[in-house]
Amino acid sequence: MITKKVDGVQNALQGVKSGMTMMLGGFGLSGIPENAIAELVRLNINELTCISNNAGVDDFGLGLLLQKRQIKKMISSYVGENAEFERQMLSGELDVELIPQGTLAERCRAAQGGFPAFYTPAGYGTEVAEGKETREFNGKMHVLEYAFDADFAFVKAWKGDTAGNLIFKGTARNFNPNMCGAAKITVAEVEELVPPGTLDPNQIHIPGIFVQRIFQGEHYEKRIEQRTVRQKK
Amino acid sequence: MALDKNQIAQRIAQEVKDGYYVNLGIGIPTLVANYVRHDIEVEFQSENGVLGMGPFPYEGEEDADIINAGKQTITTLPGASFFDSATSFGMIRGQHVDLTILGAMEVADNGDIANWKIPGKMVKGMGGAMDLVASAENIIVAMMHTNKAGKSKLLSNCSLPLTGVGCVKKIVTNLAVLEVTPDGFLLLERAPGVSIEDVKNATEGRLTIPENVPEMNI
Repeated sequence: MITKKVDGVQNALQGVKSGMTMMLGGFGLSGIPENAIAELVRLNINELTCISNNAGVDDFGLGLLLQKRQIKKMISSYVGENAEFERQMLSGELDVELIPQGTLAERCRAAQGGFPAFYTPAGYGTEVAEGKETREFNGKMHVLEYAFDADFAFVKAWKGDTAGNLIFKGTARNFNPNMCGAAKITVAEVEELVPPGTLDPNQIHIPGIFVQRIFQGEHYEKRIEQRTVRQKK
Repeated sequence: MALDKNQIAQRIAQEVKDGYYVNLGIGIPTLVANYVRHDIEVEFQSENGVLGMGPFPYEGEEDADIINAGKQTITTLPGASFFDSATSFGMIRGQHVDLTILGAMEVADNGDIANWKIPGKMVKGMGGAMDLVASAENIIVAMMHTNKAGKSKLLSNCSLPLTGVGCVKKIVTNLAVLEVTPDGFLLLERAPGVSIEDVKNATEGRLTIPENVPEMNI
């Protein structure tokens, strides 16, 4: 059996260098690769291009990399929860490319599945489509969007086995499965790493072929951004 | 009397039909879920990857792994499902979602919508709004008819950067229900106690007023 298991986050991030393009899974703070982000901070590499739907909050998620000015460019769909991000963006220190959320997901999936580009109606007639090829299909206008080209994808799953097979939980799934196999090297961190044969093959969300390295993460904080509750009657 | 936000949501809820899959945006649209009839079956989709959203969890039962597109903790109802972001936008782009309800800063009388960016202010991003408006067949916009300065938000041309072109079909404001037609806005209903003159004065874009404009039923 092919094994993807590596010992700990330091081995998992071997080869990561300044100037690289990284995909990071997660929506808001849900399903973010907490261990990989902490290691990127520790490695103190910079000039990174980060493809991630959001940019974390000031003191968590990608906000930790922003604090240390390790990010040169963000490619995201929504970045509204982070004051340091705002400061760097307005001062011009940080380059920001905002793209529609579905386009972001599809550019990942295209890279994963070997499509160089695709047409989507999203953004037609808006500034997102400026300078891009457009084409009419069935009477409706579409914009040509390209697959991402990234060096590393960092994803977080709930359970995984040493063969690299992954199972996600709840809405922590989000962009994580789409980023698997969408970069040259996919690093998966999981809450629980089990031996092969433990997970039911029928229940696997992402087959191990899309994952190059897997490790069991530690100390998950799983911070909640908007705690909303109702009272028991 | 002009409607408040809850009443706008209440009126929009009447547009939600049995068997609909519905995507609700942030703000007034989120309130619509509170007013949907209990004798029909509806499933709410949140574009971060859940169908079959339920109410907020009881205190102590919040789960960081189960949130909605506003990053709020939620619960799921029997029959719910989770999925990845590409699949989620496949539901939207592929027109499997029956109704999209979202807010707007401006709408033009040709159906253009602006709701993501104000030049000179911090830009947070479009999130899923551009995908939603470009793809959905059935879009209802929930908004105030005028801004805080009293200026119309129903215009002949949007002044703000667009989110999508020619996509809005129906608008429910604090003053009226309007349809977007090839001839501009068509006034369908007015809020209780609001006159046709009030709607006219608050609408900058082309407005067609039929002979009979009933009051909303709320």
